[in-house]
Amino acid sequence: MSTPVTKRLLALGLLVALGAGACSSGATPSPSAAASVSAPSQAASQPASGSPAASTMTAPAPATASLTLQGAGATFPAPLYQTWFEAFNAKYSNIQIDYQSNGSGAGIKAITEGTVDFGASDAAMKDDEIAKLPAGSKIVHIPTALGAVVVIYNLPGVAELNLDAANVAGIYLGTIKKWNDPAVAANNSSATLPDKDILVVHRSDGSGTTNAFTTYLDTVSPDWHSKVGKGKEVNWPAGVGAQGNDGVAGGVKQTEGAVGYVELNYATTASLTSAKLKNADGQFVAGSTDGVTAAAETAASSFPADFRQAPIINGAGATTYPIASYTYLLAYLDQKDADKGKTFVSFAYWALTDGQATETSLGYAPLPAAIQQKSIDELHTFTGGGSPIWP
Amino acid sequence: MAAPPISPRRLTSRSGSLPDRLFRSVSGLAAVGITFLIIAIGLMLALNSTQAFGRFGLGFITSTTWDPVAEVFGALPYVVGTLLSSAIALVIAAPIGILTAIFLAELAPRRLSIPLTFLIELLAAIPSVVFGLWGVFVLSPFLGSTVEPFLIRTLGWIPIFAGPSYGIGLFSAGIILAIMVLPTIVAISREVISSVPDSQREAMAALGATRWEIVRRAVLPFARSGIIGAIILGLGRALGETMAVTMVIGNAQDLPTSIFDQSQTIASKIATTFNEASIGLQTSSLIALGFILLVITIGLNVIARLLVRRVTSGERRT
Repeated sequence: MSTPVTKRLLALGLLVALGAGACSSGATPSPSAAASVSAPSQAASQPASGSPAASTMTAPAPATASLTLQGAGATFPAPLYQTWFEAFNAKYSNIQIDYQSNGSGAGIKAITEGTVDFGASDAAMKDDEIAKLPAGSKIVHIPTALGAVVVIYNLPGVAELNLDAANVAGIYLGTIKKWNDPAVAANNSSATLPDKDILVVHRSDGSGTTNAFTTYLDTVSPDWHSKVGKGKEVNWPAGVGAQGNDGVAGGVKQTEGAVGYVELNYATTASLTSAKLKNADGQFVAGSTDGVTAAAETAASSFPADFRQAPIINGAGATTYPIASYTYLLAYLDQKDADKGKTFVSFAYWALTDGQATETSLGYAPLPAAIQQKSIDELHTFTGGGSPIWP
Repeated sequence: MAAPPISPRRLTSRSGSLPDRLFRSVSGLAAVGITFLIIAIGLMLALNSTQAFGRFGLGFITSTTWDPVAEVFGALPYVVGTLLSSAIALVIAAPIGILTAIFLAELAPRRLSIPLTFLIELLAAIPSVVFGLWGVFVLSPFLGSTVEPFLIRTLGWIPIFAGPSYGIGLFSAGIILAIMVLPTIVAISREVISSVPDSQREAMAALGATRWEIVRRAVLPFARSGIIGAIILGLGRALGETMAVTMVIGNAQDLPTSIFDQSQTIASKIATTFNEASIGLQTSSLIALGFILLVITIGLNVIARLLVRRVTSGERRT
């Protein structure tokens, strides 16, 4: 017996089915769009040696079918990646890339378990994390951008603050307790530092920012090395914890005399006052994308073959910023799904070439030329189901 | 001849009709399913924390070090932080909640009590993240600049009221938890007090009791078990509250010595560090923390039920 309720349910079901059909048909690419996408790869000239300009290399094309890539990982590059995904989607409307920024650790877990197509991490995978990968599989690290960690402070009336490595280590160890401590004042002869307690703010959650900052402290301070060590999360000897870059920034903003550390791009967009750190050449440099790229260039010659570069601390050079770190995309060398692998390689190539131009405006430092070339060369090694994706 | 007594039909296994059997199976399935889910969660927590307990033993619960670099983990600061912040919340929320419930149920005119009840229950609808934001930007600075220095000046000679205050800390977290727990306590207590039979009140009034004496001697003893139940429900919410507490508790690693110190709760620790935790011992230690929280919650609920039973059996005896 067909009751009024049943009839209404049937009508609703019909509407839903029609709507679903309309939605899915909108996503398939028209034949002309697919043709124009593959045209550039045939029209491009011979690949040049040395210079990685996009126009002189055969750009790999993504899959022609409608595809969604799933990624997860670091929060630091998430704003940059979102911009890139939108731009890539504007170029190839059939390719959609989704990204969950739930942390480097979660990204590494996800790619290890295979629940995402690619991961992202601020810190390269450690040996024990690599040991947990499925037997016989290999993860490729693709550096995409560089970030820096800056030290922010809240001292009304002190527009510029110079800190050397010993100052920062002392403050975070709790041995330097007041702003007018002689060690700090020695670097700031032109400013009057108040007789105020230093309130130390650190991260309560695990993060790549902490990893870079504690690597800096671990490198410059033997005390820190023996007492605390480095990592995404450490046993902080002093201070209060706040969650995320915004938590640290908020904590510092609200308390006079507070000091904290955040990512450079966050400090730039939130207009926070940051200190100048003394680099290996003895110059006090403020955090900037130029200083970071300069640091990366000095370390380019010692860049490891497996691309797992630790944070670059105290790089040589007058304009180098002392704390710089890479952020990586992680993907399996042998891609199970050839179409997804093709799309990922295409996106990675785009990110390493066209994508680099958008980085500075968002507060990220672009890759130095040598590393950019190395990473593009690395893309040739990807295979999809046994055969090379981009020979 | 008298007709045989008609006994109400119960849904026993001898129930013949299909809808009855179907209803029994479906509702039985739901009940069994939920029980199974709770047991499964407990088992999952226990199994995944064996690595941590295996390495540290029961010393895990008493150790105060949490060092991911050296891979040494201990739960005590977080257990203490959880219990202390919930205790502060209850000390503040229980008296205020019960008095509010008495006011709404007994003393307020109906025109006032209905909108007031609605507004208080609206507090329960505010997301905890919003409470956290309000706490970080409004409450903690206010506490840090006015209330806490005042308390330190007047009560600072007592050790638990001593020490520097930065606004954020146990006290701030306790107050926010109190505000979040208040609607639960008020709503349930008000219901319980309203359900006290009027005959009790009228009997006391007939004996010449004042308003306060009626409440204290006739209403409250009758409603005692319900009010305790309300407080325990509030405690349950306070123990598990994550977002709001994370934003105002200061996330410090040491054992707090004063209520103005910064601390950390189990829920907050798990929420902030689980994503970046290294697979293996650290993740197992975090799951072990979750298991400890589950045990604490179940333990407190059992104690509460025993307390309620003792209180109600006491009532029946008098």
